[in-house]
Amino acid sequence: MAFIPHTSADVESMLATIGVSSIEQLFDEIPASLRVKSLDGVPVALNEMQIGRLMSERARADGHPLCFIGAGAYEHHIPAAVWAVTTRGEFYSAYTPYQAEASQGTLQLIYEYQTMMASLTGMEVSNASLYDGASAVAEASLMAVRANRKSKSLRILVPRTVNPQYRRVAVATAGNQGLRFEDVPFATDGGVISLDALKKFEGEDITALVIQQPNFFGQLEDVDALTDWAHAHGIFVIASVNPTSLALLKPPGEWGTTGKGADIVVGEGQPLGVPLSSGGPYFGFMTTRMEYVRQMPGRIVGRTVDLSGREGFTLTLQAREQHIRRAKATSNICTNQGLLVTAATIYMSVMGPVGLERTAAASHARAQELVSALTAVKGVRRAFAGPFFHEAVVLFDRPVAPILASLASRGILGGLDLSELYPELGYAVLVCATETKTTSDIQSYVTALGEASAAVRAA
Amino acid sequence: MSNVPPDLRYTKTHEWVRTLQDGTVEIGITDHAQHALGDLVFVEVPESGRTVALGEPCAVVESVKAASDVYSPVAGVVAAGNPALAAEPEALNNDPYGKGWLMRLQPTKGAATAELMSAADYQKLLQTEGA
Repeated sequence: MAFIPHTSADVESMLATIGVSSIEQLFDEIPASLRVKSLDGVPVALNEMQIGRLMSERARADGHPLCFIGAGAYEHHIPAAVWAVTTRGEFYSAYTPYQAEASQGTLQLIYEYQTMMASLTGMEVSNASLYDGASAVAEASLMAVRANRKSKSLRILVPRTVNPQYRRVAVATAGNQGLRFEDVPFATDGGVISLDALKKFEGEDITALVIQQPNFFGQLEDVDALTDWAHAHGIFVIASVNPTSLALLKPPGEWGTTGKGADIVVGEGQPLGVPLSSGGPYFGFMTTRMEYVRQMPGRIVGRTVDLSGREGFTLTLQAREQHIRRAKATSNICTNQGLLVTAATIYMSVMGPVGLERTAAASHARAQELVSALTAVKGVRRAFAGPFFHEAVVLFDRPVAPILASLASRGILGGLDLSELYPELGYAVLVCATETKTTSDIQSYVTALGEASAAVRAA
Repeated sequence: MSNVPPDLRYTKTHEWVRTLQDGTVEIGITDHAQHALGDLVFVEVPESGRTVALGEPCAVVESVKAASDVYSPVAGVVAAGNPALAAEPEALNNDPYGKGWLMRLQPTKGAATAELMSAADYQKLLQTEGA
């Protein structure tokens, strides 16, 4: 499908009609000082053969390292069917379709996606996706300000066990709208949110508490106690969860002991069939309870019937959105990540509940094997006690940057160096293993670690 | 022709105001407004106890066509939001001056109120707007 259907004759005829000599002339009112004078940084066009060769060379330069880094993006096996179906021309758009009469297939797929996400998170309603897990936390915070009508403070508690990048994106997105994102320290023994640290907020007006499960360190938070605490103090619970883990862990809709559960659930959808791909594009998901649906940002697809009573799908609840409500819309992000959602929906369909559960269980088993193998090495130990999902923090007895660099030169990405993000932890590395790692991969890591340590010592 | 009861007062933004015997004022949207909005599907009313300023958006009425704010014609404290509208938003279409009331406010003593029109003046406004 050609997205610009005008021929040059069409263009000339239109320009002649309005009495303008060139397209460029349409932009005359933009002052010269604001114009981009040239696109010097853009290289000349390449043909298909040249671009194919260039990209192959770039990919080769990356090598095929064994990756033990997680920290928000996770390498999982993606069945071949997922992208074979996703890349069909009929699905090839990043956008949500407005035209129900021309888009039933895509609309139904998004509807199925919403149903799956609502079921996975234990919530009643899902939107059609957001940009990524980080912006989803920002959007959830803005939504909490609208939905938690008892709170006027715009204060959002973001414990330090939440992905630090998510906090930065939330501040950048919503900080100028008056929201304040406040730290909560973690318990140094367990690497989880400290309930004692939360106590100092009792009696204050707090809008929402963000709980990441599993948390940034891979540790499992006591989500029931945290949810009960928040609700007892009129605070909304924003759950930020890994979708794979939900096949094993309690869904946020069931958090707490009162039956109320989390109020808003968000997360990074990448583990559901989206390749690591240098950090994106990924997609964010968001689910909530029906009572808050009109405060939820983004597109929502609904199921309805046409005049003849036949089932059909269409965008719904659009009065919340910017093309109708302008500045008062629930969000000024009014699109979704259609193509990534397509992949995720097909991934979930192919895996099924059992497949997803086996993926989660295998990832957990591999991560345990990895942590056992690493901590058997002299000078390496776990940072925190307590259960973890598929990643964990290990401590070294010396600076980790040179060791990780040496490992990388041996084709192993050994984990994320936490010394800048969490200097108080010391020589800490966040390591991850999913079902894609074998026992022999883990042995390769341990062997390479011995060599790397020796090389660093000798240097 | 819109229904404009003679015993109420009106704002330029198509709210109506009724002073009740206990001194509170009841507020809603006019027949003209509900007609212009079309079938209402959702109404958000303020919580009791909320303080609202004159002209502050304090309720949202959402129809199949649009969502619009309702502005408070007086400053005061919300005595009640109409609880029935959550389940029955169509009351605003069917009975805008009765069951479709949005909220009751206890006006702040001595506070300014918006310039309220008589029914006759509101009729004239509708005529000039071409309604």
